[in-house]
Formats: sequence, C-alpha cells, structure tokens
Amino acid sequence: MLLKRLSEAFGPSGQEQDVRAVLQEELNDYISEWKRDALGNLIAVKPASSGPRVMLAAHMDECGLMVTHVDGAGLLHFRKVGGLDDRVLVSKSVVVGKKRVAGVIGAKAIHLQKPQERTQVIPHNSLYIDIGAKSKEEALKMVNIGDYVVFDTKFGEFGTGMVKGKAFDDRAGCAVLAEVLKEDYSMPVYGAFTVQEEIGLRGAGVAAYAVDPDLAIVLEGTTCNDVSGADEHGYCTHLGGGPAITVMDASAISNKKMVAELVRLAEEHNIPYQFKRSITGGSDAGRINVSRDGVPVVVVSVPCRYIHSPVSVLQLSDFEHTIALVKLFLRSIEGGFRV
Amino acid sequence: METKEFLKQMVEETGVSGFECRVAGLISRVFGEVCDDVQRDVLGNVIAVRRGEGDGKRPSIMLAGHMDEIGLMVTKIDERGFLKFTQVGGIDPRTLVSQEVVVHGREDVLGIIGLKPPHLMSPADRNKAIPMHDLQIDVGMPVEKVKELIRVGDVVTVKRSFMELGKDVVACKAMDDRVAVAVIYECLQELKKLRHVADVYAVATVQEEVGLRGATVSTYGINPDIGIALDVCHAAMPGVPEQDTAPMGKGPSLAFGANIHPKIYERLVEVAKEYNIPFTPDPTPAGTGTDLWAMQISRAGIPTGLISIPSRYMHTSVETVSMADVKMSGRLLAYFIASIDAAFVEGLLCY
Amino acid sequence: MKELIKRLVEAYGPAGSEECVRNLIMEEVRPYVDEVQVDALGNLIAIKRGGSKKLMLSSHMDEIGVMVTHIDENGFLRFYNVGGLSPFSLIGNRCYFANGTVGVFGTEQLDAMKDLTMSKMFIDIGAASREEAAEKVRIGDTAAIKREFVDLGNRLVAKAMDDRIACAIQIEALKQVEKPVYDVYAVFSVQEEVGLRGARVAAFGITPDLGIAIDVTRTGDTPKSATMDVALGKGPTVKVRDSSVLCTPAVRHHMEEVAKANNIPYQLEVLERGGTDAGAIQLTKSGVPAGVMSIPCRYIHTASEMVDYRDVEHGVRFLVKLMETEYKG
Repeated sequence: MLLKRLSEAFGPSGQEQDVRAVLQEELNDYISEWKRDALGNLIAVKPASSGPRVMLAAHMDECGLMVTHVDGAGLLHFRKVGGLDDRVLVSKSVVVGKKRVAGVIGAKAIHLQKPQERTQVIPHNSLYIDIGAKSKEEALKMVNIGDYVVFDTKFGEFGTGMVKGKAFDDRAGCAVLAEVLKEDYSMPVYGAFTVQEEIGLRGAGVAAYAVDPDLAIVLEGTTCNDVSGADEHGYCTHLGGGPAITVMDASAISNKKMVAELVRLAEEHNIPYQFKRSITGGSDAGRINVSRDGVPVVVVSVPCRYIHSPVSVLQLSDFEHTIALVKLFLRSIEGGFRV
Repeated sequence: METKEFLKQMVEETGVSGFECRVAGLISRVFGEVCDDVQRDVLGNVIAVRRGEGDGKRPSIMLAGHMDEIGLMVTKIDERGFLKFTQVGGIDPRTLVSQEVVVHGREDVLGIIGLKPPHLMSPADRNKAIPMHDLQIDVGMPVEKVKELIRVGDVVTVKRSFMELGKDVVACKAMDDRVAVAVIYECLQELKKLRHVADVYAVATVQEEVGLRGATVSTYGINPDIGIALDVCHAAMPGVPEQDTAPMGKGPSLAFGANIHPKIYERLVEVAKEYNIPFTPDPTPAGTGTDLWAMQISRAGIPTGLISIPSRYMHTSVETVSMADVKMSGRLLAYFIASIDAAFVEGLLCY
Repeated sequence: MKELIKRLVEAYGPAGSEECVRNLIMEEVRPYVDEVQVDALGNLIAIKRGGSKKLMLSSHMDEIGVMVTHIDENGFLRFYNVGGLSPFSLIGNRCYFANGTVGVFGTEQLDAMKDLTMSKMFIDIGAASREEAAEKVRIGDTAAIKREFVDLGNRLVAKAMDDRIACAIQIEALKQVEKPVYDVYAVFSVQEEVGLRGARVAAFGITPDLGIAIDVTRTGDTPKSATMDVALGKGPTVKVRDSSVLCTPAVRHHMEEVAKANNIPYQLEVLERGGTDAGAIQLTKSGVPAGVMSIPCRYIHTASEMVDYRDVEHGVRFLVKLMETEYKG
C-alpha cells in the first residue's frame, strides 16, 4: 500500500529523498516529465494545451530531530526539526541517520525522580538518544553529527476502518496527490511534492514561482482532536466526516468560489465533507497564495488524530473520499474556472 | 587597503538598518578597487561584480554580508530636551546603560544614556533591569537647540572605537556583520591571484537586522546560480554549552541542514580540507537566522551555502572577532569560488 | 466627504470578504479613472494615466472581524479572530454577517476576567438550536463588528476607520487630481490585516517605480499613553518606520518637501508596533522605493476608532500633491 510505504519513509524537513524515491517509483508509469529544483521539490508535470494551469501540492517532509552533539558517554543530543511537542519525545524508539541506527529516548526512572520533577515537562535539550554506544568514539562510528532522526513507527491497521502510522501529516496528502495524478485531465496539472513545509513553508513558494499556476489546491493531513474530554467546538475536524475544507488558517484564506465548488460537488455526489474548524496553523497555501501576482488557493485535508507525534491515526474512508472529491473538482474545471 | 584597516573604518562608520548610506559609501569605494562594477539598488544594497573568465554564459555566485547594524531611533523629544527612543533590530536594554551615544541628527550630536546614581535608588530598584522605555538620552542642550538639530526618527548609535585586544582579536560595535564584508573583501583580493570562471556578485546587504529585507530584493534582482551568505555565529564563551558555539581563531563555522544545499556544504568541506583551512561543522536543523533564509526561497529557489565567523558578545557594542578567522574564511571562499564550473551548477538540481 | 466616509466604514468587509467594499469603491471611482481591474486575490486596482513612471498607492479595504468555527446544539457560535483583535474589546459588542444576521458576544463563566480568551467566548444570534442557527450562518462565515458612524464635529468615530478612512482619502484624491505626473495605480487592497497579502501580489503585478501606502497610525495624545509623538489634529504623518518597513529615506524626504511646499501640516511617525502595505511593496521583486502617509487614529482595532476630520482633509490634499509631484529618487 502506497500510504504504508510513504508513512514509513524517512524524511524530516531537508532530508526528503526517501519520500521522493517512493513517489517516483509509484508514479513512474503515469508521469513522463518530472521537474526538480534547488530545494528538492519534486514536480510531476501532466502537460496539456488548454484549460487552467492547476497546481496541486502536498509536502513530503515530516517533523523529526537532528543530532547536534555526541557526549563523552556516547549519548546523542539533538535539536527538533519542525513543531514537535517536547512531551511526545520521552520513552520512544527512533531511527538515526543514513545507516538507520536504532536508538531510544529514555528518561530517568520514576523511582529516581523527586516528587516535583514528576510533574514537570522534560525539555528536549535535557533528553538524549541512546544508541548503545559506550563512548563518543564508538557512537561516531555508527552516526554522524547532523544526522536526522525519525520515530520508528510501523504502519498498520487500527480499530475499525482506520490505520495508524507516523507522518500522516503530510504523507496522507502525498498519497492523495499520487492517486489523483494517476488519471489524465484535459488541462495542465502540476503535482508538486514539496519540501520543508514543517520548518516554514519553504518549498511551496519556490515551486509555485516555477509553476506559475492559475489556481492551486493544497492537500494536507490535518489536525483532528475529536477525542474524549475535548470540547466539541475544539475538535477542529472529526474522523469519518470526510475531507476537511479549510476556509481560512493563519497562512491563507481559501478562494470562496473554489470552496463553493467543492461543497457543490460533494453534495451532488454524496461525498461527506466538513469544514476545518480552527484557523490556527499554516500550510503551503500561505506561500502559494501570494506567489507572483497572486494565486487562488484552497486546502483540502484528510483529518488525522495525533499529528506531530510518533503515531497518527486516520480513517480510510476519509482518505478515499478526499481522493474522490479532488478528482471531481479537477474534472469540473477542465473547461475553465472563473475565480 | 589592509583588510584590518578596512574593517576598522567600517565598524567605526555608522549604518543603522534602513540608514546604511554612510557605510555603503565606504564599501562601494573599497569594493570598486577590486571589482569590475559597483552599483546600489533601490533598497541601498551595494552590489559589486567581479567577472569570471571566458565568454558565454558563466555561473553566477552571490556573496552576501550585511552592512547594517542595530541601533536606536528617537521617538520623542520631551519638554526638557531629553530624547525617548526605541530600538532598530534586537537590542538588550541592559547593554545601553551608561553608554555614550551619537545621535545622527542634522549633525552628529553626542549623547549619554544616564542612570540614576545608586544613592538615590531603593535597594529593590538596584536589582532590576531597566526597560528601554524608562531610559533616555541626555544631549546636554536647551530644548530649542535640541529641536533644531534632532527630529523624531533620527537614528542613534553607541559611540565606540575599534580596539585591538592582543595580537589577533579585535572588538567594536557593528562587527555583526561588517566582519563578513571584510571577509568578502579578503576573498576578492585573493581572487585576483586565482582563476575563476564564475561571475562573483559581492553584496553588502541592508536591513538584515529587521527581517532579511536587503537580501530578499538583491537575490531577486541578481537571481544567482549559487548564493553564499556570510554572518557571525556565537564564539565559545563561559556559560554557553560548547555545542552551541564555535571556537575563535580556529577557522569559520560551516552550517549544514535544510537551509543549506548539501552539495555546496560538501564542496566547502572538500575545499577546506584541500587547503588545510580548519573549520567547525555546525548542524542546523532549520533556519540559520541569516540572509540565507531569505536567499534560498527567492524566485524558483537558490542553492545556498553559509560561512560564519565566530564572534563573542553578539548585539553588544563590544563584539569580538579574530582576524585569523577573517583571513581563513576569505581564503576558503575564494578557493570555493575558483572551484565552481558549469557542471557543478547543473548538478545542484539533481537530488 | 463625511457621507462617503460613513458609507465606507459602515460597509461589511472583514479580511477575505471585501466584496461589498470593493463594489462600493468601484462605483465611486470608475468615472474618475481610466481603467479598473480586479486581480486574483480581489484587489481593486484603479488606474489613472498621466506619465511614464508608475506610482502605486495602497489603502486596504479589509477590516478585522471574526470567523465562525462551530455551531453547538443550542445554536451558539464559536469563533476565531480574523486579524488582530483583543477578546476584551468584544465584550458588550455586536457583530453582523454578510447576510445581515446580527449576533452578540457572550462569555463563559470565568473565575477572573484576565483569563478571558477568544476560545471562552461565543456569539449568540438568537437561535435556539443548531438547525435554526444553520439557516442563517455557516461554519467559515465571517462577521464584522457592528457599530455606527458618529460625527463629533472635528472628530469622527467608527469601526473600520482602519483603513476605510484611507480608502476615502484615496477615492477623494482620485476625484480631485487633475494632472498626475505618473500612471497612478490606486490599489484598494485586500487581506492587509492578516499579513499584507493583497498589496504584496498587487505590487508584483504592477512593478511600481514608487509605492505609497495610506494607513492609520497610533497616537500618544491620550492619558498615560505609550510614548509616541503623534497627535490628532496636527496633520497626516510621514512615516519613518514601523515593524514592517523602514521607509525609503529619499521617499520620506520627498514627501516632506511636498508637504512643506504646499503648506500641509504633517508629523513624523515612528510606530513601534504594527505594519502597513508599504512593507510588502518595498520588498517586491528587486525592491521598490516606498513611503507611507498615515492618519492619526485613537483606539485602533476597537469598535470606536477615532480620527480628526482636519487630518483627513489635509490627507486628501497631500495625496493629490504627491500624485502631481515627480519623485526624483
């Protein structure tokens, strides 16, 4: 399954090559022209001579860690890549560097902690990765300073109709985009798999500058907090509710006509849909929207619980419905679209 | 000119972000001696070009070191002629207490940021850092005279002369980032002895301290094949973990990570090893906090590299650097430029 | 002109929903300009030809507001802010939606007022159920603060003076200017309050030789206010800097010369927090010389923003003269 291979690929911001490789292999038979740039964006081009120039974007990178120091005892100290909550780091297994060395992020045993320590968040700069090395020299034979680190999480089925895995933000979007690109359309379509979203929406802007699209759709795996104890108005999205359409977030306001068209199509074809019910956080749309003289954008997301952590959860029906809705949208604008 | 003398002249000159005119004049003149052409763009960036060898399309390399310095700006002249002020760029107000300053009004006016003497302070007050809005500049003139010379919006710099500490270390205000301009100058002089096919755009950028603004527009205008930024990084000092700093006098620090193209980092490392130039690798997961952050995402994306010069006491008026580091950084940059050809540039798009 | 100001400030137009304001302005300026365009983000660009160089003016149409993110089973709406808005400024206020629906702001029971956040507030539109509310309002709809225009004589008070007062000045100046020495691209921009987005793309499309934004600025003339040497009634300002821009010194100098030559009172402005469209214009492509004329305004980003009408009148004259005087760089 493509989503499994994408989820398990190693790809923190700035180190996306594994993800690129998975996508290129998957789409090899469908795409004749690939573009690359100085940052590592991968753009699948589906040329056509008429109709609006459409850019679809999903980011390949995930949150992770980077080894910045190896101490005398052979323990690896690290900095965060992207917005990871310090609290999710403790007591996890990780994979380090090109050799994929196994490591663990431990914590002082609870027996050894003072009562007040137990209630405090352990900051990431006092955590470390243990790769079983006994000394700095031994550690440096296994890893290098600057090596990237990701969580060691296996993709798998979960509950009823759900799957779990790491990096659904935004490998879910990558998988949706890959499926959408397997069909042909009568207008030019650019499928941009972007880099460095998690550290500041870095890849999408330069990709949009190169593509110079008439309109763009950003595909995301987005926040979902439909869990016990949360206020319903804080859910943001809910699993099983279908693709989430963003009206506005901290980085961009979606084009109203594109939103309306998505809603019309979903209702006409009985595809469940929901609006994303928070405006915090940003996406690649923020950069694409203000590229050159302006690009109308909309964000469509697969709701994912527990993003930016070692394990996220999505409902497969939402994933399939997102693919279906995006394809329908593309079909509906083949003859042109007035934004 | 000796690089050290150029650095001395630069750091003693004024050039607060947005008001770089004076230092820009100096840099234009000196760069002009070693370049084919010098221009200033709309924002005031100094762009000097040294052309490479050969006809046809040559690779282009942009070097960026920012010439702006942090400073203060007058917000109000009160009824007694004291000046209230705000900052331009990030300033720790604790470093301003008891400083002599120069207010750049219709003419340069000497001022003092005074402090209430300890005798008049309560013990509790003595332990409190004074916020910027409670500080004021005293220019010792009647208010009418002050208003003739000074207006709201005038910029202010700390008064400081270039100092040599021992044989190698120098200190002054504005080392961040005029030391990088000195490195570019060192490199341009070194390039006279070397052969290079790449066109070199030596840019002294403006407004880095307020948001990388000069680099944003100059990179767009030049649209180089490769962009190299030069900036200062934190040198080892007491109380700061070793891994967050680079040693002084032991060569530049070379950052790698998402903000840097991996092949440019690799090439810098190869060149440094080949010419026995020591360096400190600096793993940087995301932003480097330098002009490079803006340069990388100009237009359709620019391959980037970063060379940093270790400096102690950043954003104070006694920023300290090693001249040996300036020398080594300049040489590394020159040899790197000499190593670049069209094939290398083409390879930068192959991931 | 007060009538025009009243219509503008009372028009509905939170960031991203500027259609009503745009239509109003389009009707107003069309007879006085050579061409009117609307771009991909919704900026209105009124072009008046007069020279070879391009002068871009920018006043933003959008205002701060709120966006509905949830409707509960009893018909209450949860919301987020659109643009910089303090929850404290909403207490006791009302809002209205594009379709005219009016709501009042309410708060959950709080232990202490300082705990107030936007997420502890809701909007009551008088609906008794989710279904009833959904007939009037949908998730993703935006609302503006509801407050009428008041004429206090010299002083005018309204919501959205930021930045409709500048829109009014820009419209009036387009009406009055006879011989601009530039091709004037008068942009009525969108989405300033959420990050100068409209002006950024408009400037890219236009590539002006000179950019001047018109906006409001804070003052230091109220009891125990922050230190700022700007007051109502002393004329429009020539901005030196704010968080988004260090105005090009030559443009600032040019603006001061124009004001002096035409006996227009002006103040120098150093704004410590806040940004304007000029910040985006200046960084367009390889750089654009940019300046700002501001109208001093008290209580910015509340329902009662106050300006002085004499500053507005001087602002119109100032803008006309800026269009009629060549910038030599």
